[in-house]
Amino acid sequence: MRTEELINALVTDEPSTRKRFDLVLAFAVALGALVAGSLFFLAIGFRPDIDEAVKSAPFLFKFVVTLSLAMTAIGLCSRLARPGVPTKEWGYALAIPVILLALAVFAELMLTPSSSWEPSLIGSNSRFCLTLIPLLAVGPLACLLLALRQGAPTRPGLLGAVAGLAASGIAATFYAANCTDDAPLFVATWYPLAIAMVVAVGYAIGSISLRW
Amino acid sequence: MDFAEREEEWALLMRSAIAGDGAAYHRFLIAVAPYLRATARRQCARLGRGGGDPEDVVQEVLLAIHLKRHTWDQGRAIGPWLAAITRNKAIDMLRRRGRQTEVPIENFIEQLPAETVSAGEEAGDVDRMLAMLNPRQRDIIRSVSVNGDSIREVADRLEMSEGAVRVALHRALKALAARYRSDAK
Repeated sequence: MRTEELINALVTDEPSTRKRFDLVLAFAVALGALVAGSLFFLAIGFRPDIDEAVKSAPFLFKFVVTLSLAMTAIGLCSRLARPGVPTKEWGYALAIPVILLALAVFAELMLTPSSSWEPSLIGSNSRFCLTLIPLLAVGPLACLLLALRQGAPTRPGLLGAVAGLAASGIAATFYAANCTDDAPLFVATWYPLAIAMVVAVGYAIGSISLRW
Repeated sequence: MDFAEREEEWALLMRSAIAGDGAAYHRFLIAVAPYLRATARRQCARLGRGGGDPEDVVQEVLLAIHLKRHTWDQGRAIGPWLAAITRNKAIDMLRRRGRQTEVPIENFIEQLPAETVSAGEEAGDVDRMLAMLNPRQRDIIRSVSVNGDSIREVADRLEMSEGAVRVALHRALKALAARYRSDAK
């Protein structure tokens, strides 16, 4: 077939009535959050002392970390999915939740006696943390990966992994409202382990399904 | 006309195309093809005898540009977007030929003059991929490309509604891209 002829076929194909890609992605995030939220409210729920907890700084700080993770990872996703768009700044932005959490851990180590470190790190919910975050992340991850199939990533595996981070950010935001362990040492130990599982799944699926 | 002006013109055409202007889209693809061809030729030449036919790369890239055109952010320059798509497809082609995937062609479009080859070259890969589609899909793609039929003409001949032909054509083009992709594995 001659190239001119192929061009005929492409021009005859429906003019792009597709929704703008950023809207598709925004819709996927909203739907993913809705799925995770439904699962949370139907099956998991707030911690019993939620009325007291909302007045405590360490409890609220967990949301600063998880929401900043979700937002920076979603931003990076939308850039990795488009060919030829610089991603460096958003890559660096992913350090924001890490730095915030590291500062909180540092503050905890400064302000609390060393005898309390171990109990605070081990907490009492590590098993829930490792199961509920990945479970809550399934919906958001599926929505994100489906939407990202409309993208054209030059590094599909990496995009899948970052989608895993974004889904974990959403999942961890809900989970944090259930978990009674608010110590930064706990959050810095168990949340990343749970998130790593989701990221690994995202990478594995992305490197296959996000190729184009 | 320097590269910046040319890129600006392409961006204008592509914006009209996305807004539904088929003539602008046709001009855009015809205008871009020589640049893709220049890049592909240089690359195939470097690979020597096993490098394959540059026109195959041109056609695969055009198909990818078409199916992924909504990923171009209209507020950004179009050159880097085209370059990234071309680079990605060039890597796929190298994989298909069993080569190492070392493609040092970042921003290559910028340095290349357009080749004066007409946009009418034959290429074989696309026919090989077409042969793997189902007969109906192959028929529809051949009608609108080689015969230059309109959607209406295809619809009348196949006794389908125009809407059904549009959907079938779009699916067929996606299936064609998927053939290239699975071939690159």
